[in-house]
Amino acid sequence: MTDAPPAVTLADPYSVPQAEREARLLADLNALTAWHRERCAGYDAMLRGVYGGATQAARLADVPYLPVRLFKHLALRSVPDDAVVRQLTSSGTSGRQVSRIFLDAETSALQVRALAAIVQDFIGRQRLPMLIVDSAQTIRGGAFSARTAGVLGFSNFGRHHEYALDEAMQPRWDAIERFVDTHRDAPILLFGFTWVVWRHFLEAAESAGRRLDVGPRSVLVHGGGWKKLADERVDNATFKRRLAERFGLVRVANYYGMVEQVGSIYMECEAGYLHAPAFADVVMRDTATLAPADSGAVEVLSALPRSYPGHAILTEDLGTIRGRDDCACGRKGTYFHIHGRIPAAELRGCSDVRAT
Amino acid sequence: MSIDKLKATFAESLGIPAGDVTDALAYNKVPQWDSVAHMALVAAIERDFDILISTDDVIDMSSFAKAREIVARYGAGT
Repeated sequence: MTDAPPAVTLADPYSVPQAEREARLLADLNALTAWHRERCAGYDAMLRGVYGGATQAARLADVPYLPVRLFKHLALRSVPDDAVVRQLTSSGTSGRQVSRIFLDAETSALQVRALAAIVQDFIGRQRLPMLIVDSAQTIRGGAFSARTAGVLGFSNFGRHHEYALDEAMQPRWDAIERFVDTHRDAPILLFGFTWVVWRHFLEAAESAGRRLDVGPRSVLVHGGGWKKLADERVDNATFKRRLAERFGLVRVANYYGMVEQVGSIYMECEAGYLHAPAFADVVMRDTATLAPADSGAVEVLSALPRSYPGHAILTEDLGTIRGRDDCACGRKGTYFHIHGRIPAAELRGCSDVRAT
Repeated sequence: MSIDKLKATFAESLGIPAGDVTDALAYNKVPQWDSVAHMALVAAIERDFDILISTDDVIDMSSFAKAREIVARYGAGT
């Protein structure tokens, strides 16, 4: 048995150029494949079935990967029951099966530190007065959903936390205005899920004729997916324009991430691209052949998962690599765009290939 | 820095008896000190000791022993 998982470097996630980070990440991912094969029988069986014995990859695209929906059907973990400190579930809509992700203390701590390394590069090291665009009830009790994990994870970057919404998801305008007034001289951190910010904060303000001026230094970080906005044909540019117009919010950063790889998030830079930190990367795959391509289904790679075999996951999202090392924002590594979800019919063909 | 004062802040914020606040008391090892309670605890320490704790220290504050070290480092008075 491998005694220790690879040590992962979290600091300075955007200064290492692609060639160097890729070599390091590949070594980490290969070590994790071996680590999980020894500890998760279901994972080992799948890899034997699909890949035979050869699971040490020569490049990132060759690292054995699992389709994301597998985590909805199987309870995959690489630690004993009593080492699990938290079980995360995807925020899947009612009636659909949710992913279950098992975290031990080590993976959980790595996720928290990784998120801090990423977010501090964008908002700085100081904790900022924080307006959480959600209700306090979201983080109380019950299931530990992606939304709860997001709010709690980002709370580490805030102080004087205030919730913008009540339990009925209605804006608490008095509390919001008091908060903005109190912290007028400081930048404010606003955080929320994309569709919550849009539906329950921005649209709510527009229909109530409310305006705010949070100041030019305040920053909104939002994630969780564009599906509901795409359904109503609201794109990122429109969303940003309306946020600026209504709230004076000029710094807005979307992030791409998933509950199956908490901590490894891809933040949108000032130039509008999503960036991979050095301990993670993305590979796009042609949706018909699954061969690596510039555009296609998004596979996410992360050196963080130790308690479950989730270091290489094929998602059901579509994306395009836009470049490496040469983004106008100055960050090194892969940068890309996400375009939405793979249409349901198409994705049956693509992800079941690896599931069976 | 007064250890008794920090103990009192912990006990009050986490809702546990002061006698249970020892160096071994650790984050996520007792139900009262979870991630939600952690944010309230940090706010209580900042208020009681009149300090501003950095993100990295919020994350590092994983036990009472660690909290003592961190609060002392900020040169917090009694």
